[in-house]
Amino acid sequence: MSAWSQFTAIVKRDLLLEWRARELVLGMLVMTLLTLLVFNFAFDLSGVQRAASGSGALWVAIVFATLLGWGRAVALDRQEGAWEGLLLSPVERPVIFIAKLVSMLVFVTIVELVALLVLAVLFALPVLQPGVLAVVGLGTLGLCTLGTLFAAMTANVRSREVLLPALLFPLAVPVVIGAVRATTLELNGFTGDAAPWQNLLGGFAALFFALGALTFGSVTEE
Amino acid sequence: MATVTNTIRRPATAAWLSVLAALSFLLVALSVVLIFLYAPRDVAQGEVQRLFYLHLPTAWLSYLSFFIIFVSSILYLVRRHARWDRLARSAAELGFIFTTLVLLTGSIWGRPIWGTWWTWDARLTTTLVLWFIYLGYFLLRAYVADPERGARYAAVLGIVGFVDIPIIHMSVRWWRTLHPQPIVVRSEGPAMPPEMLVTVIVTLVAFCILHVFLLAVKYRIETTRDEVIELRGALEQHG
Repeated sequence: MSAWSQFTAIVKRDLLLEWRARELVLGMLVMTLLTLLVFNFAFDLSGVQRAASGSGALWVAIVFATLLGWGRAVALDRQEGAWEGLLLSPVERPVIFIAKLVSMLVFVTIVELVALLVLAVLFALPVLQPGVLAVVGLGTLGLCTLGTLFAAMTANVRSREVLLPALLFPLAVPVVIGAVRATTLELNGFTGDAAPWQNLLGGFAALFFALGALTFGSVTEE
Repeated sequence: MATVTNTIRRPATAAWLSVLAALSFLLVALSVVLIFLYAPRDVAQGEVQRLFYLHLPTAWLSYLSFFIIFVSSILYLVRRHARWDRLARSAAELGFIFTTLVLLTGSIWGRPIWGTWWTWDARLTTTLVLWFIYLGYFLLRAYVADPERGARYAAVLGIVGFVDIPIIHMSVRWWRTLHPQPIVVRSEGPAMPPEMLVTVIVTLVAFCILHVFLLAVKYRIETTRDEVIELRGALEQHG
């Protein structure tokens, strides 16, 4: 099998399983919506400053949903030895890395689209513009590249719920800072000012995509 | 059947380690004398400024320790020899302690000077994030049951973490400067008089040597620990 067909096989498998069970995306979705709801009570999401609070709420919701998603995805993969089976098959490790990344990106994107709609409708924020969508895309990519790597590390660990955030949060600080800043600027219409942050997000995603693909092999030697 | 092929290292301390111990003791003692008796009292900040002499080396060493983790991690993943993992473990422990010290000394120093225990300026925030990365490193090692796997994972974290640190610093700095803050924080005053400069340099050298000494001691402890584990395993197999 070529790398491409291996890649599509893994992605198709993940998507098919999720389509049948639908628990991953639904869980992430519920988490995201509840987070946005709670944030509305914690911060003023309806006032004049709502662009800043709104983007902060959005990104906190995305981060938590991503963590939840990864935790569930890893747990699902461990059932029936599916993860071990995947590692035993003659697929190149970087291919597995990219495939897992893409599957998670699909799930997170679905959740984010709903979250953005909620923000647009309930909190009257102009989120459905190309600048904001670009930032959300880049930030998610950065989060998920790190998440894929650390999810593989925490696959066989007892306290995955503690360890995955402990690893991901500090390293994802640039993504959170950049994404929140850029989203706020885009929402307020300062597209030019958002450009350096978008470059940071893009650079981060590219760098850790490469680094993740390189080191994924070391993580998944079994 | 596994056989123990390592010879057990004798507990006698190597000569160079004793020299290093004596040297670090003397240098640190010298720095203490310099800090309290030789360096002049800072005009603006008073006696509390003397914390700076401790603050600077610990800051330097906390980042240097992570660099050691970075290099050892790469070497471990490439060579797979246990010594590199031991070095990474030892440097991590030291680095974590030094990072904690930086944050504490900085905070204590900052309280009378800035009027606050903490401020989210770029350097402090980056150091705090570094502290959390160290914490994650230890949690990873603690929670992963298999030591070989733990060593591999920690090595990957060491590499990814170190590469991320300059990016974290850059993003935090932009975060703080693209929206300028009303208070400009300066941790050093104007150009230092020579007595202060001498004190800084001596203290920095003293702490570097102390760091090397502590790292060597910790490394030996880890080596012995690994040997004990190996022996215990061999005993259980034969036993």
